[in-house]
Amino acid sequence: MKKEDVPQDLGSLGKITKEVCYATDASGKYTTELSNGWQVKTNALDITWDDINQKIAAAKEKVLCNEVSPILFFMEKSVMNIGILSSYTGFFKWQIKRHLKPAVFNKLSTKKLTRYAEVFNVSVDELKTMNVHEE
Amino acid sequence: MRNNFQHAQAAHCESGVTRNLLNIIGVEQMTEPLAFGIGSGLFFVYIPLIKINNGPAIAFRSFPGIIFKKTCQALNIDVTRKKFSSKQKAQEYLDKKLEEGYAVGCQVGVYYLPYFPKEYRFHFNAHNLIVFGKENGKYLVSDPIMEHETTMTEYELERVRFAKGALAPKGQLYFAEKKGAVTNETMQQAIKRGIKRNVVNMLHIPGAIGGVKGIAFTGKKIKNWRNKFGLHKSGLYLAQLVRMQEEIGTGGGGFRYIYGAFLQEAYEYLPVDELMRLSNEFTKAGDLWRDAAVQASGIYKGRLGSQEDFNVMGDYLREIAAIEKKAFEDLSKINWH
Repeated sequence: MKKEDVPQDLGSLGKITKEVCYATDASGKYTTELSNGWQVKTNALDITWDDINQKIAAAKEKVLCNEVSPILFFMEKSVMNIGILSSYTGFFKWQIKRHLKPAVFNKLSTKKLTRYAEVFNVSVDELKTMNVHEE
Repeated sequence: MRNNFQHAQAAHCESGVTRNLLNIIGVEQMTEPLAFGIGSGLFFVYIPLIKINNGPAIAFRSFPGIIFKKTCQALNIDVTRKKFSSKQKAQEYLDKKLEEGYAVGCQVGVYYLPYFPKEYRFHFNAHNLIVFGKENGKYLVSDPIMEHETTMTEYELERVRFAKGALAPKGQLYFAEKKGAVTNETMQQAIKRGIKRNVVNMLHIPGAIGGVKGIAFTGKKIKNWRNKFGLHKSGLYLAQLVRMQEEIGTGGGGFRYIYGAFLQEAYEYLPVDELMRLSNEFTKAGDLWRDAAVQASGIYKGRLGSQEDFNVMGDYLREIAAIEKKAFEDLSKINWH
């Protein structure tokens, strides 16, 4: 890639930091150039988040229909799976699968709920109600 | 307390941390491309049976930790690396080393990194940064992919040092100590060793999924994605490929440009014309990787979508595999005099 071809399409990262790219100058010698981002990879990130957001919305729907506990909603929101959630909370996977049942979730102690809330960066109240303020 | 350290931005976190840590202990000639090349950073692997964030497990670089380890080894530099089971002990040890004047490399997860944009927070645990001091209860942090240095609270740093999931860092930290001067001859030997090891990794690794064979294999698989997964899911898969290849931390073109820069810098230590010519081949490979990314984006944006479009995508990878195969074969044949 030539230095002048380094893309400068401002993306979400470019607003916070420019990134270093390696490119060649007129004589073919390698040098570095700062980039604001590239539309091709912004699109890749966007469709990845679209997919995640769809999963979050589907999870919310299921919680509202009382098919599953709010843990699923927050798990999707945190881009986690049961394995990652298990290592963060210290619960076994089978325990988390139980906690995903609304009936079991409703009887969980505050202590256990706090463990989930801390990992999801919310309060216990927010964990129960899914009322969270988007940053 | 602010220890002797100069923040400098880099393209790739581990090569950048390696360069910055070596620069402060007096190995001033170390650059990011040299660290990447001596550490044999270039690679490719696609593991079909493993999923990362619901997408394919693809990497364009060698296993995390290798670059720092191999570069220091080749230059005869002492490395201390420690993991912790206790968060408290991890912090105490870090504080102690900072008081002794060290700048300390830390492996961290990016998910809870406070200064990262939300869109970039995935559960990726092989990120690297340097802690070089503590002021008013906050750690002074140099993240090589950021333009400027930053700070983190004790809680924030503990959280990323003890991120969980695949490649969990377990508080891992590391620092380097110089044993003797790094001579020109040491650099020459290190560069040759780095190239040789990279030749082995790319050409002679057993199995079909790693090295240049892995690139061709992935190209073949991509042609089947449309039928196997449908347009939506294969679009997501291609997006993941592009992110692994082009996202921050790669220097562009799936690290191929950094490698091209490395070969040019290697020429200054070992003036063999072939190095300059082969640098161009890696530039060509990097350019093709980016052309392939443009093709992929056509598919995941919905502008393209026929089987023919997937065939073109797959053929890009097969063409790249051929170029990189030839380039590494030529590297292995270099007569170093």
